[in-house]
Amino acid sequence: MNLLLKGFEDFGQYLLLLRRSFTGLLRFRLYWELWTHEQIHMGRDSLFLVAIISLFVGAVTTVQTAYQIVSPFIPKSTIGAIVSTSAILELAPTVTSLVLAGRIGSSIASQIGSMRVSEQIDALEVMGINSATYLILPRLFSAIVAFPLLVIYACFIVHVGGIIAGAFTGAVNPTQFAIGARSFFEGFQITFMLIKAVTFGFIISTVSAYQGYFVRGGALEVGKSSTRAVVVSCLMILVADYVLAQLLL
Amino acid sequence: MSLLRIEGISKWFGATQVLYDISFTFYPGQINMIIGPSGCGKTVLLKCIVGLIRPETGKVFFGEIDFLKASSEQRRSILKNLGMLFQSSALFDSMTVGENVAFPLRVFTRQPEKVIQDRVAYCLERVGLAGLQAKYPAELSGGMKRRVGLARAIALTPKYLFCDEPNSGLDPLTARRIDELIQEITQEFQTTTVVVTHDLKSMLDMGQRILFLYQGRAEWQGTRTQLFRELEALPPNLSNFLHASGLIR
Repeated sequence: MNLLLKGFEDFGQYLLLLRRSFTGLLRFRLYWELWTHEQIHMGRDSLFLVAIISLFVGAVTTVQTAYQIVSPFIPKSTIGAIVSTSAILELAPTVTSLVLAGRIGSSIASQIGSMRVSEQIDALEVMGINSATYLILPRLFSAIVAFPLLVIYACFIVHVGGIIAGAFTGAVNPTQFAIGARSFFEGFQITFMLIKAVTFGFIISTVSAYQGYFVRGGALEVGKSSTRAVVVSCLMILVADYVLAQLLL
Repeated sequence: MSLLRIEGISKWFGATQVLYDISFTFYPGQINMIIGPSGCGKTVLLKCIVGLIRPETGKVFFGEIDFLKASSEQRRSILKNLGMLFQSSALFDSMTVGENVAFPLRVFTRQPEKVIQDRVAYCLERVGLAGLQAKYPAELSGGMKRRVGLARAIALTPKYLFCDEPNSGLDPLTARRIDELIQEITQEFQTTTVVVTHDLKSMLDMGQRILFLYQGRAEWQGTRTQLFRELEALPPNLSNFLHASGLIR
């Protein structure tokens, strides 16, 4: 019962923080600098990690799909269709976001958390700056821009990984893979992927910021908040993934 | 007139009352000290005054304006005239020393970059750190950080200067230098300076008006001259506090 009440209290506090982060905007230039900095941190600095993970996810999915399709009556292009559809609908947005929850979520929580314990947030407030707006809004908008781009990039690399693995193992050649991928493609799948990316970006940036913003104590608590940010973000992503699939597909 | 007056400040944290009906007047051009043993509520009172914590009861008058009931416009104009030196310095880690000092100028003014840079150079020179603009806080010693914090606090030529344990954790020489700087700045800018400390040497060196807190209650208040005059008739807690330092016999 106490856990449930704590959950409601946290959710209420999270909503209030979100509302506060949209008020008391100051000069655009202040946020622009933070936004560009966060874009580099979230976007450019994640490219390598996303590429490596997506490449292997694509390769493994192709090999495992080929392993399950044993009937000679099923065309090889089916592998391409399954890998491509899975990549667009699930693998690129969800796996990428789960990975980014670890990289970006923990970073946001620890940055804001250490600012809290070292009184930097108090310093902002004493200067008349709404710390919630200053710290959360640029990160939120960075995530909303960076995540769809990273997910598109991840989706492309998953396909590349699938094609390479298919050709390397002889399971499916690149032409068959491309035919399969195109045969089941629908434009809405891309829309769905982007909706997921924006939603997951929103969840990771705001949940992690919330965890960092309300840290009390010292370095130990900052570390704990960082871990909590990753765990809660991952759980929220999985819940949102299901809800979006149920609502939109 | 930059008179600062608090009336009947009380604060609870949950069921625990930490401040009991505290009233005091802080005078401009003077160093007003809030002293007392650790955990007596000095920092909480300071945070109540600058608006970081909202007291349950009481009023905080900056001039004629009650800060707790001020409109956002009034609040902003008060905060513009307020500088604060934090115990941990609270410098923004991601910014250079120059950017830290320039930050309040960028938030509150629309001055050209050249004017801002000149002001930053002046403030750093004023605290004896000329030419350190490009350094990051992590590259500075504790005393240097405290001085940069002071430079940032005076960047906007504040009417009110708040210092939370300005020399705690510093070696005696650096601590004295910080005290001297606070005295010089108070004289130069005629600020209403409020210093929270448990360092009796500081209090004896520079305190002009003194508020002694004990377990959240204002046990004694007056001028330094009064303190020495009434030395034999002081409340026992203050007497013990003073004698424990060995500075007064």
